[in-house]
Amino acid sequence: MFSNNLVELRDLKVAFDGIQVLHGIDLTVGRGEAIGLVGESGCGKSVTWLAALGLLPGKATVAGSVRVDGQEILGTPRSVLESVRGKRIAMIFQDPSSSLNPVLKIGRQITEALVLHRALTGQAAKAEALRLMDMVGIPDARRRFDLFPHEFSGGQCQRLMIAMALAGEPDLLVADEPTTALDATIQAQILDLLIELRAETGMATIFISHDLGAVSQVCERACVMYAGRIVEQGTIEALFDNPRHPYTRGLFDAIPRLDGPRERLIPIPGTVPHPRDLPEGCAFSPRCSHAAIDCRSRRPALSPMDDGRLLSCFHPVNQTSDLATVAASRVAEAVS
Amino acid sequence: MLRFASIRLLRAMITILAVLTFAFVVLRMSGDPAQVMLGPDVPQESVDAFRKAWGLDQPLWIQYLAYIKAIFTGDFGVSMRDKASAMQLVIDRIPATLQLTIPALFLKVVIGIPAGVYAALHRQSAVDRGVILAAIFGFTIPSFVMGLLLVLIFSITLGLLPSGGQDTWQHGILPTLTMSIGGIGILARFSRSAMIEVMSQPYIRTASAKGMAWQDVVWRHALPNAAVPIVTIVGFMVGSLIAGAVVVESIFSWPGIGRLLVVSVTNRDLAVVQCILLMIAATMVVSNLIVDLLYGWLDPRLRAQSAH
Repeated sequence: MFSNNLVELRDLKVAFDGIQVLHGIDLTVGRGEAIGLVGESGCGKSVTWLAALGLLPGKATVAGSVRVDGQEILGTPRSVLESVRGKRIAMIFQDPSSSLNPVLKIGRQITEALVLHRALTGQAAKAEALRLMDMVGIPDARRRFDLFPHEFSGGQCQRLMIAMALAGEPDLLVADEPTTALDATIQAQILDLLIELRAETGMATIFISHDLGAVSQVCERACVMYAGRIVEQGTIEALFDNPRHPYTRGLFDAIPRLDGPRERLIPIPGTVPHPRDLPEGCAFSPRCSHAAIDCRSRRPALSPMDDGRLLSCFHPVNQTSDLATVAASRVAEAVS
Repeated sequence: MLRFASIRLLRAMITILAVLTFAFVVLRMSGDPAQVMLGPDVPQESVDAFRKAWGLDQPLWIQYLAYIKAIFTGDFGVSMRDKASAMQLVIDRIPATLQLTIPALFLKVVIGIPAGVYAALHRQSAVDRGVILAAIFGFTIPSFVMGLLLVLIFSITLGLLPSGGQDTWQHGILPTLTMSIGGIGILARFSRSAMIEVMSQPYIRTASAKGMAWQDVVWRHALPNAAVPIVTIVGFMVGSLIAGAVVVESIFSWPGIGRLLVVSVTNRDLAVVQCILLMIAATMVVSNLIVDLLYGWLDPRLRAQSAH
């Protein structure tokens, strides 16, 4: 069965040592599409994609479905996963310096991927690796081909990681917080590089970040994740102009504004709950200023809204009519 | 690189000189060779004559200078007991010791490292637990207990192997086993922890994410990184190829360096003991030197450090 969707995650669940950390993620990635995954640390952004590619340690149990071009890859033999990794879906990571093997020459680490996925060897592989290094903006690639990772800066290491990821000509690049460990100016360069490369190659991009600004630059669509679930999903415009989930709203309130008057930032009170003791009902309810009594007993499903976004909230923000409902349920709560 | 090598070489020579000095002083402080060699009831004139003949009547520092000077001219002294060249006595014993220590080292490496690596890659499995348990047994049981235990089982109870001597190759089996078991345990444990550490590194995840086959990830990406700590331990084992057999040679009456050392210390045969210690120090220093050079070859980051 041919599917126009590149990757489909259906009800993807992950548990570590019996503790559920991912509670059923549904996500469809179209060809060439760029999707952001945002949320605080520990909400399951990275785990989602590590699980999809079978890169989690052995103590993790993964359930659900991961389809690439309609073909299920979850629970398939290792060889099937290995043929997807790097070739169909490539991944780059948060800390580029420790993500490159310290004892292998950088040129070899890139050509390895070319040997695996494009059957290039010898001089052809080297020439292509040099082209990729050049493409990601490593100056003087020929001379630096035989250097080791510690002889490159953090930003350059991330460029090299990207070159390595591009080597398999993947259909999807998963960038897991690719700029978090880098200086602000370098961050901007890496973002530009990712945007540019996507435009050139047409590969889809998953951009995992807690930086909403970066996500808005790279992506058309974003999923906001909280405590192992997607709580709101929509276009960048919809989410930025009119965030509906109180958590999404909270993320925006916590960003300093460059334009306009200086305002006090509004932090989200509390921290992400530990997966072991998630509250009943909506996981965000203990930190939510909109939470009402029903939020603490039932969990809102992720359902489509009129404007096309998906939202999982009983009492979304920016609906004035809702205020009355909130007030009413607050009263009810107080009485009970 | 030249600078690196010459600094290490100088350091090696200083180490050997320190060992020689220490041995020289301690041996002369710890008892009178004349008393031991001649026995308790000899007249004072004989003792004096013996001391004069061997230069022991001179002040310590003059003896020391003469000794160092002699060593630099290649004269390692004469055994007081056999009146033969001390160095020749020692060299004659080396093959016997290596007959035990080299096969033992081989066993340690080919059993210890694969067992540790396999256990690390199959963590929490039955094999892993078995390897840990066996390793702990191996290196906590002292070699004199292990040796006697093996003799009890294979020589006395089963009657399969001889318990002492050097006549046939079968005589070498029990001492070699005794010597290797502890080392196998140590290497297994070190390889396991080194490999577990490396397998949890982000670059291993990168290699998997690239689509490499699992065994290639292990062979090409993990093992070269785990090699540095493993090489350190193997280096120590190579360094003690000559020294490592004192206890085992005594148990199995094996005529190697270890036995010679025990006998010479008992007899206060100064020149022989000093030669043995020189040999031991030299092998240890040389193997450390090789390990240092290997570090640079294995890990480019260390190469960069030592260049500065």
